[in-house]
Amino acid sequence: MEPYKKHTSVVALMNRNNVDTDQIIPKQFLKKVERTGFGQHLFHDWRFNADGSDNADFELNQPEVQGAKILLAGDNFGCGSSREHAPWAIEDYGFNTIISTSYADIFYNNCFKNGILPVIVDEATWNELRAEAEAAPGLSFTVDLEAQTVTTPVGKVVAFELDPVRKNNLLQGLDDIAVSLQHEARISAFEAQQKAKLPWLWRAA
Amino acid sequence: MSTPQTMYDKIWESHFVHQEPGQAPLIYVDRHLMHEVTSPQAFEGLELAGRPVRNPHSILATLDHCVPTIGSGRILPVADAIANKQIVTMMANCEKHGLKLYDMDSPDNGIIHVVVPEHGFVHPGMVTVCGDSHTATHGAFGALAFGIGTSEVEHVMATSTLPQQKSKTMLVEVNGELAKHSTAKDIALAVIGKIGTAGGNGHVIEFAGEAIRALSMEGRMTLCNMAIEAGARAGLVAPDEKTYEFLEGREFAPKGDDWAAALAYWKTLPSDEGAKFDTVVQLNAADIEPQVTWGTSPEQVIGVNTPIPSPQDFDNEGKRRACESALKYMGLEGGSKLSEVKLDFVFLGSCTNSRIEDFRAAAAVAKGTKVKDHVRAIAVPGSHHVKKQAEAEGLDKIFVEAGWEWREPGCSMCLAMNGDELKAGERCASTSNRNFEGRQGKGGRTHLVSPAMAAAAAAAGTFVDIRSL
Ligand code: SF4
Repeated sequence: MEPYKKHTSVVALMNRNNVDTDQIIPKQFLKKVERTGFGQHLFHDWRFNADGSDNADFELNQPEVQGAKILLAGDNFGCGSSREHAPWAIEDYGFNTIISTSYADIFYNNCFKNGILPVIVDEATWNELRAEAEAAPGLSFTVDLEAQTVTTPVGKVVAFELDPVRKNNLLQGLDDIAVSLQHEARISAFEAQQKAKLPWLWRAA
Repeated sequence: MSTPQTMYDKIWESHFVHQEPGQAPLIYVDRHLMHEVTSPQAFEGLELAGRPVRNPHSILATLDHCVPTIGSGRILPVADAIANKQIVTMMANCEKHGLKLYDMDSPDNGIIHVVVPEHGFVHPGMVTVCGDSHTATHGAFGALAFGIGTSEVEHVMATSTLPQQKSKTMLVEVNGELAKHSTAKDIALAVIGKIGTAGGNGHVIEFAGEAIRALSMEGRMTLCNMAIEAGARAGLVAPDEKTYEFLEGREFAPKGDDWAAALAYWKTLPSDEGAKFDTVVQLNAADIEPQVTWGTSPEQVIGVNTPIPSPQDFDNEGKRRACESALKYMGLEGGSKLSEVKLDFVFLGSCTNSRIEDFRAAAAVAKGTKVKDHVRAIAVPGSHHVKKQAEAEGLDKIFVEAGWEWREPGCSMCLAMNGDELKAGERCASTSNRNFEGRQGKGGRTHLVSPAMAAAAAAAGTFVDIRSL
């Protein structure tokens, strides 16, 4: 996982509540055996017309927001089935930050496993950010994870809360496995005592 | 004296590795089960990060979800290109990492939750995971077994551990004796009907009581398999003589001196007298009738003679709305009888009910009957071993003579990924575990039942009370 660095990036506004994982990555794309390449199917059913052409009305198809890394999303983002393909698709498309008033639990957890920062702001703040984004499509925000702030072009600084452990893992680019492997010595010690106590668990059949 | 502990507490404690402040406890995982659908991205992730599989001996893999169940289709490449890719990817990954895989040619092939017990791979007291929600099945052996997501599959492969929050405990006590013709499946459905599909949220359920002690190992597997449908993280049954007898001599069971030591350890596992559970639920076994689901959630379940409910029968707004939409999807009228419902399909199979005992129970009912004209009935053994055993007992002939299709093992119509599926509007009596919208095919309508009830339904073309036969 890449360490999360301070960045200034284009913001894409998606003013819809309860965007669920089936909309983020529809079921027909789940049969792939790879974990990469889901970005091209992100929001497929909204993003493309029936004939496969781009839906010109869809938020992410607007020319101003191409290359956006920040998604300003509506309330309860990522609800529905717990599929991990949803954050994979978001990350693969190019987003590394989402700003919303709330997220579905599992989706929120899965973001950190994939190097995505899900920022939570209160409703009033979200509305201000939305108004600013609506007034100037294609604007950029600066996200500083170290300082836990989002800064907008008009100079508004939004501070956000984040669990310190999660913050540290994002900053260092540590995925969950790397975090557990920090305890490698403890895992080995556990295995040694289990081998002594329950040796049959360790014999090959 | 130390405080009395539940079996869950004991297993948890003996697998606790470490807890860093502010993080979830890290627990050790002894056994990792795998199938072709939820593992490929985990292998890819390992490779991208350059990490090895920490303990290849702890892994057992099979091909089950998307394998064809018609003999002629079981050679590579299989007809469905995506299924084929999942199958060959799994074979390549297992080969590369030195993992044991029961592929389509293996005499040991079958559904993961059927083949694992057949080989004695999971023992009492183990922590077992699989990228599959019905991993709870192995709780029948007194193992803490639960389903995980794909990134956790990768985590366990790399570290043999998993960050986990400790669950609450629920005791489901089923006292007394089951009536003749009521089965473990009926207990499972009755429990879910009672506590609801969210009733077990955040809990590990321990099933206890005379009716549970009386169940065979197969029955306990059926019951624990469905614990997940009650919202629980896992189901558990304390090990006893039946458990030990089942395991003894199987391929991965401890042998010789190990056996005696293992037995002594296993006997320390059951919950202590006076252990406290966070929640206790009691049922009287004698009250449990043969169950049939009528809706699109396993909690929408009734005794076979009970009229199908109407929205106004529920006192809670959410349930009323759920009833309304379920009736609409299922094409049913509130107040009508299950015996008036016309079936198109009967499915005998899935990791819930595809063990030898299930086929014996269904065959006993199917014997000498004929599948109704408008019904198609398929019997899909859980494994090659189940199939061979059933054939040795002549059960296949009973099914075939009654007009059933006798298939090769696999998940088949449980999740309809391999081409066996319902068409929109078709109605199926199924021994599987989920009656969600579209689970057995887009627009398909599923009624969950026990194997004997499924066999009776195939002959009648509708639901019948097997006690009346
Ligand atoms: S039989 Fe059904 S529930 Fe069981 S493992 Fe297969 S798909 Fe999952």
